[in-house]
Amino acid sequence: MAGYTVTTRTRASQIAAAFALVLLIVAILLPAFASRSLIQDLFFILTMLTLAQYWNLLAGYGGLVSVGQQAFVGFGAYSLFGGAILWGLNPIAGLLLAGVAALIIAVPTAFFAFRLQGAYFAIGTWVVAEVVRLSVAQWKAVGGGTGTSLPRDARDAMWGAEWIEIAFDTRSSAARDILAYWLALLLAVATIGGIYWFLRTKRGLALAALRDNVEAARSVGVDSERMKWVVFLVAAFGTGIAGGLIFLQNGRISPDSAFSVIDWTAFVIFIVVIGGIGTIEGPILGVLIFFGLQTLLADFGSWYLMVLGGLGIVVMLFAPGGLWGLLSDRTGLRLFPIQRRLERRATIEENSDG
Amino acid sequence: MIWVDTVLQGVLLGGLYALFALGLSLVFGIMRLVNLAHGDLIVLAAYLILMLVTLLGLGPFVAALIALPVMFAVGWVLQRLVLNRVLGPDILPPLLVTFGLSVVLQNALQEGFSADSRRIPAGWLETASVPVGPISLGVMPLLTFGSAILVTLALQFVFYRTALGRAFRATSDDPVTASLMGVKPASVFAMATGIAMVVVTIAALYLGTRANFDPTTGPARLIYAFEAVIIGGLGSLWGTLAGGIIIGVAQTVGAKINPEWQILAGHVAFLVVLLVRPRGLFPRAFD
Repeated sequence: MAGYTVTTRTRASQIAAAFALVLLIVAILLPAFASRSLIQDLFFILTMLTLAQYWNLLAGYGGLVSVGQQAFVGFGAYSLFGGAILWGLNPIAGLLLAGVAALIIAVPTAFFAFRLQGAYFAIGTWVVAEVVRLSVAQWKAVGGGTGTSLPRDARDAMWGAEWIEIAFDTRSSAARDILAYWLALLLAVATIGGIYWFLRTKRGLALAALRDNVEAARSVGVDSERMKWVVFLVAAFGTGIAGGLIFLQNGRISPDSAFSVIDWTAFVIFIVVIGGIGTIEGPILGVLIFFGLQTLLADFGSWYLMVLGGLGIVVMLFAPGGLWGLLSDRTGLRLFPIQRRLERRATIEENSDG
Repeated sequence: MIWVDTVLQGVLLGGLYALFALGLSLVFGIMRLVNLAHGDLIVLAAYLILMLVTLLGLGPFVAALIALPVMFAVGWVLQRLVLNRVLGPDILPPLLVTFGLSVVLQNALQEGFSADSRRIPAGWLETASVPVGPISLGVMPLLTFGSAILVTLALQFVFYRTALGRAFRATSDDPVTASLMGVKPASVFAMATGIAMVVVTIAALYLGTRANFDPTTGPARLIYAFEAVIIGGLGSLWGTLAGGIIIGVAQTVGAKINPEWQILAGHVAFLVVLLVRPRGLFPRAFD
């Protein structure tokens, strides 16, 4: 009887994994020969990808449509700056502080926002983000409403920057960009790998079941309330680290930039929706389209946002699965498969126990 | 005495927030749709009124009267062509479509009218006030508050005393059964959004004459409107008015203590109500 086995692996996913490994090695070695502007562009792409993956985990899998992720980006970034300014904390260690700080405010945020059903949850998270923004703007030690810069000695003290400066023979500002790029790469890979791993575990299966049908999932014993908490806190932690990293590279922070709903939530939502919500591949495709559009329409100011918003509406109306959804429906292609399939094992042990 | 003045100003400001919120409350009550572009539609209506005032030289109230049917049509078409397609058990599509619409509207307005802040000129009314004992109340705030009460009464009348209101309530309770009785949910929803846009236009008139606005003003108005709806309790129109007043009073009292705390105080009041009465002060619907 035991002629069957449960598997998630496909031929395409094995090729994709090999390809991803090659790409990762190239990406690690890239600073040796790439220009500084390319490194900065890639930093931007990687951090947006990270934010998009966490939002996708929330909305695409957890059914938690948050419009308040800027709370975690901003508060994480401000904690990093606060740690460096008040306690002289090394900014690299500050990244961990950024994640923990975001996690800490995520607890009361979830407490309030989970009281709001469905669509009202979205605006509830937005209100909390506004409260955090307005409160941080009162924090005079980090510049109040006008913001502040990362202190010079904190910038220079960044672990590893000096080594990069010597190894790559560049100026210190370029070395810091390379360091930030490597950290962004590490964060993006850890995020995608972590989410992929999580979705393939038992809990991940429970989460996917909740996404597909809440009642059916509950009826087989999935604790939906607990899953919501887990997903929300994990997303806050990762979003906080990403926020810290973005403003560490930026070097300057202000409440308006750190808590921008357009930059840290609207863009992220469009990346996920256009690419394909509820898949790991979707945000990857989405961030590439997003960056392409931004480069293409850079000279047209607000037209760029209009096109992005319009594209988001069209995709939601006519292809709710996004571009990746269209592609994988037509071809059956899955690079990060999480569907479990029964496969007949090719061994001849059928008679032995039957 | 100064506190009585502050609270009274807050109550009148609450009238404006109630006007922001009533359209949102109506649409949510009937089709469970949260329109994230609601604030931007208010700003769109304000620009429409401003255009009529500056191009045709009309008074703001006449201009608003002309804008009313235009905005009704905007709401009707928006619901028929776009929003009806995404209504359903899944909350994600309507949220994301209206969020996209919000970003498109903000940037279209920015492209059309620049990022400068504007104000609808209202002549002598801008500074007129009436003394009430030792306190003087602005005429515009009083008109705003009066309009909020009138709009609430009118919506209440439409909802509970007319055939259209019956269709609204029936569709809200059970669209399938309602459609068996000859009610077309798609048309009912289009009417509802049209009426919500009429309320939005009235709100825009007062938003534009009382304070400066620019293309990015919308989202903050959406948040105040949303807070008023939640404080009042979903589906209750009088509750929404009360919610608006609570936000207004919290803001003026907060501003009195420290000018930087105005907006924050409104949000905190909302969170406190959410903590104590998660379903709002006067909940009607169980959802």
